[in-house]
Amino acid sequence: MQRYSFLRHVGHALRGHRHWQPAWQTAEPKKQYDVVIIGGGGHGLATAYYLATRYGIKNVAVLEKGYIGGGNTGRNTQVVRSNYFFPESAAFFDHSLTLFETLSKELNFNLMFSQCGHIVLAHSEHELEQQRRTVNSIRLNGVDAEHLSPQQLKKRVPLLNLDARFPVLGGFVQPRGGCIRHDALVWGLARAADSAGVDIIQNCEVTGLQLQGDKVVGVDTSLGGIAADRAAIAVAGHTSELARMAGFRVPITSMALQALVTEPVKPIISTMVISPTIHMYISQTDHGEVLLGAGADVYNSYAQRGGIPAIEETVAAALELFPSLSRLRLMRQWSGTTDITPDTTPIMGKTPVQNLYLSGGWGTGGFKAIPAGGDTMAYTIANDESHPLIAKFGLERFTIGALIDEGAASGVSH
Amino acid sequence: MSHAQTFRRPQGGRIDRSNAINFRFNGKTYQGYAGDTLASALLANGVRVVSRSFKFHRPRGILSAGVEEPNALLGVDVGNGMIPVVRATLMPLIEGLNAESQSGFPSLNFDLGRILDLTRPLWPAGFYNKSFKWPSWHTFEWAIRRAAGLGRLPAGTDTTQYRHLNTHCDVLVVGAGPSGLKAALDAARRGDDVLLVEQDVEAGGSLLFDSMGIDSGPSDKWLTATLAELAGMDNVRILLCATVAGYFDHNVLTIHDRSAAHRGSNAVETFWKVRAGNVVLATGAIEQPLMFGNNDLPGVMLAGAMHQYASRYGVDCGQRIVGIINNDVGWRTMLAMADTGSPVSAIIDVREDPEDGLLQAAKTRNIATHTGATPLLARGSSAVKAFRFASKSGDTQEIQCDAIAMSGGLNPTAHLYSQAGGRLRYDEPLACFVPQECRQRVRVIGAANGEFAAANAYNIAKRQSAPLKSNAQWVDYLHDVTVSDIELAVRENYTSVEHLKRYTTTGMAVDQGKTSNLNAMTVLGQLTERALAEVGTTTFRPQFMPVTMGAIAGNRRGDFYAPPRLLAAHDWHRANGAVFDDYGGWKRPAFYGKDRAASIAAEARKVRESAALFDGSPLGKIEVKGPDAAEFLNRMYVNTVPTLKPGKVRYGLMLTENGIVMDDGVFVRLAEDHFLVNTTSGNADRIAGWFEEWHQCEWPELEVIFSPVTAHWSVATVAGPNSRAILAALPGMIDLTTGAFPHMSFASGEFADGTPYRLQRVSFSGELSYELSVPANRTAATFQRIWDEGQVHGIGLFGIEALMVLRTEKGFLHVGVDTDGTTNPFDVGFGGIVANKKGDYVGARSLQRAHDQSADRRQLVGFELVNGGSVLAGAHFVVRCGKDRRSEGFVTSAVFSPILGKTIGLGLIERGFDRKGEAVQIHDNNTQITATLVGPCFFDPDGERMRA
Amino acid sequence: MLQIPCPYCGTRDEAEFHFGGEAHITRPGPEVSDEEWSDYLFNRENPKGTHFERWCHNFGCGQWFNVARDTVTHEIDAVYRMGERKPTPENVLTENKRRLA
Repeated sequence: MQRYSFLRHVGHALRGHRHWQPAWQTAEPKKQYDVVIIGGGGHGLATAYYLATRYGIKNVAVLEKGYIGGGNTGRNTQVVRSNYFFPESAAFFDHSLTLFETLSKELNFNLMFSQCGHIVLAHSEHELEQQRRTVNSIRLNGVDAEHLSPQQLKKRVPLLNLDARFPVLGGFVQPRGGCIRHDALVWGLARAADSAGVDIIQNCEVTGLQLQGDKVVGVDTSLGGIAADRAAIAVAGHTSELARMAGFRVPITSMALQALVTEPVKPIISTMVISPTIHMYISQTDHGEVLLGAGADVYNSYAQRGGIPAIEETVAAALELFPSLSRLRLMRQWSGTTDITPDTTPIMGKTPVQNLYLSGGWGTGGFKAIPAGGDTMAYTIANDESHPLIAKFGLERFTIGALIDEGAASGVSH
Repeated sequence: MSHAQTFRRPQGGRIDRSNAINFRFNGKTYQGYAGDTLASALLANGVRVVSRSFKFHRPRGILSAGVEEPNALLGVDVGNGMIPVVRATLMPLIEGLNAESQSGFPSLNFDLGRILDLTRPLWPAGFYNKSFKWPSWHTFEWAIRRAAGLGRLPAGTDTTQYRHLNTHCDVLVVGAGPSGLKAALDAARRGDDVLLVEQDVEAGGSLLFDSMGIDSGPSDKWLTATLAELAGMDNVRILLCATVAGYFDHNVLTIHDRSAAHRGSNAVETFWKVRAGNVVLATGAIEQPLMFGNNDLPGVMLAGAMHQYASRYGVDCGQRIVGIINNDVGWRTMLAMADTGSPVSAIIDVREDPEDGLLQAAKTRNIATHTGATPLLARGSSAVKAFRFASKSGDTQEIQCDAIAMSGGLNPTAHLYSQAGGRLRYDEPLACFVPQECRQRVRVIGAANGEFAAANAYNIAKRQSAPLKSNAQWVDYLHDVTVSDIELAVRENYTSVEHLKRYTTTGMAVDQGKTSNLNAMTVLGQLTERALAEVGTTTFRPQFMPVTMGAIAGNRRGDFYAPPRLLAAHDWHRANGAVFDDYGGWKRPAFYGKDRAASIAAEARKVRESAALFDGSPLGKIEVKGPDAAEFLNRMYVNTVPTLKPGKVRYGLMLTENGIVMDDGVFVRLAEDHFLVNTTSGNADRIAGWFEEWHQCEWPELEVIFSPVTAHWSVATVAGPNSRAILAALPGMIDLTTGAFPHMSFASGEFADGTPYRLQRVSFSGELSYELSVPANRTAATFQRIWDEGQVHGIGLFGIEALMVLRTEKGFLHVGVDTDGTTNPFDVGFGGIVANKKGDYVGARSLQRAHDQSADRRQLVGFELVNGGSVLAGAHFVVRCGKDRRSEGFVTSAVFSPILGKTIGLGLIERGFDRKGEAVQIHDNNTQITATLVGPCFFDPDGERMRA
Repeated sequence: MLQIPCPYCGTRDEAEFHFGGEAHITRPGPEVSDEEWSDYLFNRENPKGTHFERWCHNFGCGQWFNVARDTVTHEIDAVYRMGERKPTPENVLTENKRRLA
């Protein structure tokens, strides 16, 4: 792998940047792989990367029906945080955050991880109580979180309107929370995985699973059949379809989640602010665009195209809390297909089909989980046994009723 | 001081020369005319440099005359703050307008940022991915952030009124150029209800500057006649200064109407939502730049734009204009411009053999022509001075000029079509993307459909970049993306069109690539040896042109954001000193008086010691009636319903189908077939909807109907030992003695003044308590009546917070506070009732699962602090310490009880039922305090007071 | 913004309706196994294509009804009242054209 550094960059600049090599190779599918990963998003690529680098399985292919990172990895609002209520969620997501903290160096690719802090607002006495419960829980889970008074909030976020229709009575921050450039993560993982021997195959759609009894032995693709000892599904937005090919049902509903950006302006918001009550998330990108995360459209959708009501709701909520943004213009809105589970916790681990593994149901919060998701799935695939961090995330939790309902317990939306 | 309009022609154009308008740009005063745009007025005054580019701070001039403008994005103040990123090409010139460039330090013309341009090789696409990693990105991020952004957030208060308008039409025609006008006229003559939307200040489109013949007559006459006919038809509406920004599902489109946006402090912006039977897109096409060196120099403009400035605004963009052309339409533009008197000195065509007629036409106008030329670069530092090209024979030639008109061919404005879900196809002969198919009811006509000229009168040459080695050919002006950036991206395998876009950021700026996408894809195709049809295009998203956030929100601001529900007796409470708070959407008295803690304690004490009045009106009330009412409710409640006798009240829990506690409250049997269900205040609508859903979708065979009556009845809760005496004094009250009307009874009656009432003897405070319901219009009178009668008994008022103290003392459950989305009925002590219930009900089966039956679940208990002190809800019960410390649950309610003189509380803790008497640690924000677990009821455990 | 043809009131904006998820799910009795109960409670078809779902016109007539809607194009192919026969994929487009017209 050609190393990246500022000095090398300058050296290349002097030679007109004509000697850079491809960040990753365009691979032709081989006939057989030890592991085939379906889905070239963040989770698929991370799983492949860790399989090759941590678990010694290098004969791996990542199959992507379009271009890598073209699904939700490239459509989210780039939030990274681990301020979770349940210990099992916190342990998993904090593992992810910890991996993120060194990932730019590990991948030798600047992911532009900015730990600018993630602030959650409370708008009533009841919400303050709920928030205290959450913050204590987060801290008892070993994760950083600090209460903020309205004055402290105002200092960190000067544009915030404390006297909104739902007044801001307090909040908390996870200082280590932040954002990561989503495309950079995809490309950095692809480059490192490729360098570790993984085949990244784009424009290769999986059309069926080759099953022998209750065991997977390969996949059918638009580029032909590929034999595989083991296969993993990491296709946010298409999990139900892939599960159907494998012959089992999943508790997932796919919905369009929208995001929007304004025209870029000079820095006005230096942190991320979320209000669970009024379903509003705001930050400002390095480009200067104010980025708003909207709620999901309320019906099943694979359209990757959002409707008007969610946008109106979100913009109205944003202006209620940030009235001075009213004269900025909304530049672009887009949407991703999110796989929502009944308890908003992902589904990870083994499936009813032998040697077939599932990483799905990421809902609206899969991006932040990419390194941990990749690491734990790689472990699970390599050992045919769930990684301890995801032991409670399996499909069986729905049968015994052991849901991990983060939203219901903490009021913090994902 | 005004500067002369040196580039304004003595006559011509659609401007009103009798109406001079003064405006300012970067501190200098200029003059233009009514009918000008800010861009045309700047050009008339010879202002060439209007901005500095985003990344390299290169001087930039006006490129276009329309929505595609990437350079002239200015800060503009017309009386409502300095609005950033205003397209000068669309901004009507208004007296007093104050515009400024948004970049350039210390000034627009002397910009230190040019250092970035001089070191351009250091900052190619994706440079930040390869560098700035050490010591961390955070070290550099602030500098990058400060460099980004196209303008500043406007200061001061926004005085604009934002409106939403909803409408239907048979046909929505987007674009009032010749094609749009014809389509609107045809539809209107058929009798269709037509809405015609144009983003310009006048209808006419290209007819406003291009005098092509229409219907074999002069276009001016046709335009006047057409507009007159449309104006006279009452089935036609025309919106000007309005942009169709979004095309959504089911033919719903949004329009950002700015026709009244520039009225200073009286500005109005309107956001339309149109449900269109059919949509006709007559959105025209956007001329594309050619790729050559320094094609971003001020003075390099799109040919059609230059023509428009000359013809429509009477402005020459130069004194020596050279056209660089690759198609016949560009030729005709140059010739037409020359015919208006513009100083066109040469036309350089990349094609070997343009049609003879064109060459002849140039010759007769004294325009030099060069064919088969290869454009190389424009020369000049902050304005064009010359153009260099390779002639057919290969030698390099240079032409002196001060303006370059380029025509790289047209690209249909298909953004809305793409938003609608329409697919585009690359058309080889037209060398652009044209509409192919769409499932929505939409038709694309005119240039938007690739109909640029009569057949064989377009003849565009293959689009390509200039054969240069330096990275000086701009593809995306706004994001400073050059051909070299695309070369680098391809070299590094970012070859999917989306990767290219994201890696180089081409097409991702505020213009969404209106002048860059096609060239970027062209270069990508060139470098990867793929046809453009194979390269494909990106999908366009709303908004076509950015829309003010205020317009999208409309009037949903302040109270209108979420209108609070007010109590019928709101004013009465206010007059009595209530401090209101939001509770489940209602504004309710939290307490009465000034000192929160003291008031709450005094109110709670009042209830325990004499009596006090509480407004319980938001209590959810649903009447359930029909022969199967009891059966239906029996399937909704954990409790058994049919055994309840008429006139009696029972407390119950409702579950979700997943077995989670959803709501609680009492239900009353009014008659054999008639129930009144009380829900928690915040859940009233939800439960009514819940009943309907189960009935309509699951058990339609049950004969039962539901009627939500929450707002119909106001509720005066009178609680305390003296409550019976107070209510008994009301004329017309029933016999309230316990023998006649015991705890958990219901009765209805009529007061002497004719007011009907309903009375429930139930208690959430643990005291003798009555809930008196009267019709909402009798609320204040009834409250006053009780208040007056109560004076001799020392009556007080109490708000929600005191009620919370009282119910916590009693250990009464508050769903949503003492329960969360994981709590089942076992956890709150309902195991016995679950065990006794017969038959199926919502959530029953879920309670049989192992996890629901587990003994390790968090269970609701009470606690007392061992050594006094206080604790807040949200604190956690913890075990062990250091790294092993772990939460076992949390405090759900904690209050200071004035009657007990100490802090008490409720909490959910693992295996709590079996741990009564155990000492536990309560942890909050790094402090720890010891408590003893007890039963949940702290006061009058046998309930003697409420049964008294 | 979806324009939903309520079978009782006619076509109205999405904003007037409440989405109720997949339609035609049979509620089992309490005697079923944990697996069957979990399948009823949580598992969903979630197809990429025609989805049979239920909506309530809650800011209108208050009636629940069924809709066959394409989850990719969002086109509504059929609406029918509770208790009416579920259209087959073949007749979904023809049988209800009349009502949608």
